[in-house]
Amino acid sequence: MSETEPGHQLPPGEAGEAEEHEYTRVPHRVIGTPPPAEAHTLLPDTQASAEPPAPRELPAGPDNPAKAKTAEKVVAACFVLSMLASIGFIAAYVGLEVHSVDAVLRSNLALGLSMGIAFMAMGVGFTVWVRSIMPDVEQVEERHPLASTPQERAAFSKTFIQGAEASGFIKRPLLRRTLIAASVPLAVAPIVLLRDMGPLPGTSLRNTVWRKGLRMVVYGPNTPLRAADFSTPGQMITMIPEGYAENQNVLAKATVIIIKFAPGELIPGRPGSPGTVMNWTVDNIVAYSKICTHVGCPVALYEQTTHHILCPCHQSTFNAAQGAQVLFGPAPRPLPQLPIGTDAEGFLIATSDFHVPVGPSFWELGASGFRGGNE
Amino acid sequence: MSSMTEKALDGTGKFLDDRFHGARGIRVFLRKVFPDHWSFLLGEIALYSFIILLLSGTFLTLFFQPSMTDVVYHGSYTPLDGVHMSEAYASTLNISFDVRGGLLMRQIHHWAAILFVSAIVCHLLRVFFTGAFRKPREINWLIGVVLFTLAFTEGLFGYSLPDDLLSGTGLRILEGVLLSIPIVGTYLSFFLFGGQFPGHDIIPRLYIIHVLLIPGLLLALITAHLFLMFFQKHTQMPGEGRTDKNVVGQQMYPYFMAKTGAWFFFIFGVTALLSTFAQINPIWIYGPYNPSGISAGSQPDWYMGFLEGALRMWPSYRWNTLGDTWAFNTFLPAFVPLGLIMTGLAVWPFLEQWITGDKREHHVLDRPRNAPTRTGVGMAGVTFYGIMWLEGANDIIASQLNISLYLTTEIARYAIFIGPVVAYWVTKRICLGLQRKDVHLLEHGVETGIVRQLPSGEYIEETTPVPPDIRAKLEARTGLPELEAPPADGDEVPAPSARGGLGQIRTRLNRVLTESIPLPTGNGHGNGHGDGHGNGHAAEPAAIAPGDSGQLPAGQDGSDDGGQGAGA
Repeated sequence: MSETEPGHQLPPGEAGEAEEHEYTRVPHRVIGTPPPAEAHTLLPDTQASAEPPAPRELPAGPDNPAKAKTAEKVVAACFVLSMLASIGFIAAYVGLEVHSVDAVLRSNLALGLSMGIAFMAMGVGFTVWVRSIMPDVEQVEERHPLASTPQERAAFSKTFIQGAEASGFIKRPLLRRTLIAASVPLAVAPIVLLRDMGPLPGTSLRNTVWRKGLRMVVYGPNTPLRAADFSTPGQMITMIPEGYAENQNVLAKATVIIIKFAPGELIPGRPGSPGTVMNWTVDNIVAYSKICTHVGCPVALYEQTTHHILCPCHQSTFNAAQGAQVLFGPAPRPLPQLPIGTDAEGFLIATSDFHVPVGPSFWELGASGFRGGNE
Repeated sequence: MSSMTEKALDGTGKFLDDRFHGARGIRVFLRKVFPDHWSFLLGEIALYSFIILLLSGTFLTLFFQPSMTDVVYHGSYTPLDGVHMSEAYASTLNISFDVRGGLLMRQIHHWAAILFVSAIVCHLLRVFFTGAFRKPREINWLIGVVLFTLAFTEGLFGYSLPDDLLSGTGLRILEGVLLSIPIVGTYLSFFLFGGQFPGHDIIPRLYIIHVLLIPGLLLALITAHLFLMFFQKHTQMPGEGRTDKNVVGQQMYPYFMAKTGAWFFFIFGVTALLSTFAQINPIWIYGPYNPSGISAGSQPDWYMGFLEGALRMWPSYRWNTLGDTWAFNTFLPAFVPLGLIMTGLAVWPFLEQWITGDKREHHVLDRPRNAPTRTGVGMAGVTFYGIMWLEGANDIIASQLNISLYLTTEIARYAIFIGPVVAYWVTKRICLGLQRKDVHLLEHGVETGIVRQLPSGEYIEETTPVPPDIRAKLEARTGLPELEAPPADGDEVPAPSARGGLGQIRTRLNRVLTESIPLPTGNGHGNGHGDGHGNGHAAEPAAIAPGDSGQLPAGQDGSDDGGQGAGA
């Protein structure tokens, strides 16, 4: 595009027009006060604006015809390769079955490789085309200040205010205020619709399905476990409430780990020093919620020698021997301890629900949740 | 050939122009000049990986069932035969093992998502470090920040859909984070999950957000982003003949079209090859989600890593008051670092403009060294993010390097404060050092390696003047206005506020932000102040560069076509 005298603000809308009258049109004249920019121009006019720039034309042929001739063959070869690869892709789709791991891997390799080659060959072809066949010319396009001229701005303001006045929006406050008053509830109303996305929490986060006499079963095989069969100190097993193996909402809160200790290893809580509630254990077996009190990951890692329970997500570490007190990490409170016992047949059962809510902290948890009953 | 083209233009072209009046507008479009620089391709990677995401994602929706209904699997992947799982997980297995090309498309979709967010981050850093966010592009920068946020949210929701053990754990963490929000957290969680975790609604809800809401927003904002880039014309790197009043490059047709077409094919090709040879998100190995189970070494996709790290390193502080719990241990790490980064990105252009008082349009980019403080602040931000990101993988780091897990967290807890400060300081010193090197080159020329003996017996090394194209690059500096001077736009900064407490802060920040090694004088940059310096010894350290300043009017740039006064 050609450019008018420097400093003159060519309105963007007229850029195309300026081009129509290249070199013949008189410089765009601005009537009125020139923009402040002009008065402070420090730099001498650049050469480009002192005389009209050369017209932007593209040469018809390549810079180097011999090189272009070779390149043409390379590009054509790339495009043919791409074509063959695409045909290969279709052939692989038709010819290769899936339905087993090995077959899927074969199919994936054939489809992906042919697709990759088809695209890469196109990319290489285009690149060589641009670099070796198209003439390498650098072009200069003028930029124009984005701001409109003061005249345009004034005209716009005038139009806008005229419209506002004609509409009566300014002169009639009653209309204006009632419109605003009507818009606010109109915008709020749809939000109400979201209310039924879920039930209110109520006290549901405070309870789990554990109750007196509910059997614990081993997570996975879903078989009950006798306290006598869980006899090796240092063992840890994940247990879930009987009859809820497929109920994820229940498992998300009620899953526990049980750990067997050697006699004397468990540290009972006493005033001022929280620890394991011994009445809630049976045969040195202690049960803690498996749901981390940080953000709810299952605390799945147990180190026998140190009695550390570690959450694999954010590494909160709990002391299993001492009421699952927090040793390290972001968890703010111990894993709640589940009171357990055995039934007449010797199987492990819960003797009540948790005494405090399990899982991550929530607003309504309150200080009592932190004491945890583990002390 | 050319007569055939002309015939086609006469026919189809006439048909279209009769109806759409396209000849003039489209000619302008075809002749539009695009500047070239490798770093401008980063944004294009983001754009093209987004297109790949739309295409591969559409394919996946043909087979994916966003349902949490419990089913028993009897498909081709025999290790999971007879296992209870959600329909979402079963259909993902189905896509992987029973749909031809399904595994490839899943992997392409996942790799493209990783590439998408990576490219956005690189593009964002490019724009920041080169000052491309300056006037008139602040709004486009804000759109970019929103796009970045949307992109990783979209990624999080996307990889949560298959309902495998890893992604389900991610959702569990999301629940814990929601619960930690004071006052409304429990309600938010219940409304999102449709009750207690996990419920039966979260997958279908995330699905519609993932395939409609966020992509719609992304598409709209990307369109706006590109339109603004197009309308305001692309920025250019400094160089010979490049000013704030022109665009130097190659025109849209045929050059840019062919080049960007090639780039699109390369991006798609690389994604396809990655998906062929590099396995990603093998959900059949993780197994279906179960709230009782987890695998060690669980890692989110890389772009969520910084939030994971923040959660890991934050201490267990919480506060109980009036019977309620402020779960700071989760709430703060989940929202504060994210908020700091996003807010920092969003306000920086306006903060910088306020501090410098620079209200002019900028179209020639800064070399990062020429804005040492900005570059330092940027690197501080990168370090802040990077430490959280590394901490998000601290278990892997600890096991690979054989160091204590807790030690990595302890280090991160200190490094998060010390690291950014060190990064700022080191970066700024490096930038100033590079500026000194540039100034030295301009003053003394390029060393030739030729040593000559003068008649007096003295030995000197010959230097040759810097070639004009390199000189233009070295001399390209954004002239910053002096703060004390009345601003060009009289009503922008009223004098009283410049004298007040805020004004003093601004003046101080201005000193820091404009710290630069002045260019040699006599090169056409000076506004009168510079002459007093004499030649050659302008490299006083840590000085504001007054010779660089001047109340340049809007649209003028100090760098074009200056005299070549500085000699050896």
